[in-house]
Amino acid sequence: MEFLQLGIGRWLHVVAGVMWIGLLYYFNFVQVPALAAAAKDNTGAGITKHVAPRALFWFRWGAVATWVFGAVILGQHFLEAFLFLKPAYYPIGVGAWLGTIMFFNVWVLIWPNQKKILGMVQASDEEKAKSRRIAFLASRTNTMLSIPLLFFMTASGGLFRTAVWG
Amino acid sequence: MKNPLDTLWGTVISGLVLTFVLFYIVKFAMQ
Repeated sequence: MEFLQLGIGRWLHVVAGVMWIGLLYYFNFVQVPALAAAAKDNTGAGITKHVAPRALFWFRWGAVATWVFGAVILGQHFLEAFLFLKPAYYPIGVGAWLGTIMFFNVWVLIWPNQKKILGMVQASDEEKAKSRRIAFLASRTNTMLSIPLLFFMTASGGLFRTAVWG
Repeated sequence: MKNPLDTLWGTVISGLVLTFVLFYIVKFAMQ
């Protein structure tokens, strides 16, 4: 049971996390600047039609898998981490909260607004412009939060464990 | 003031600052 939870669970958490955060970095470091450049010579249609919907599919379901397998790893310590009940769980608790906020941003702010931007849902030009800004800032917020998130995910097993148990 | 999230460098630096702030809060809380 422990092998499934901590071995396989952690492995799948990292695989899904690479998918999620990898695509988040793709959006922020590659696609957004590429679309800005493409807007100047009107060549961005292929990206929005063929690339963005596929990237968004794996991005949002990667977020689900990452969160679920993260919860599996926490297991019986889920509440101790989320409610900061024990000092040893503070670092992973912070990581879990950052991941949960990012998960919320994906499903509540980024994806519904991206559906309007990409024309999957009917929206006026004014609504699209508003959606573009909301999705952009939510995506940038997640990129910002991913930096402490990854620190607390890795430090909870290393730096803080050493700090607590020597 | 310009939103730091409008640029990639602003986003990365904000993330690093947040990391340091959270690190010291958690470290202090654990002692």
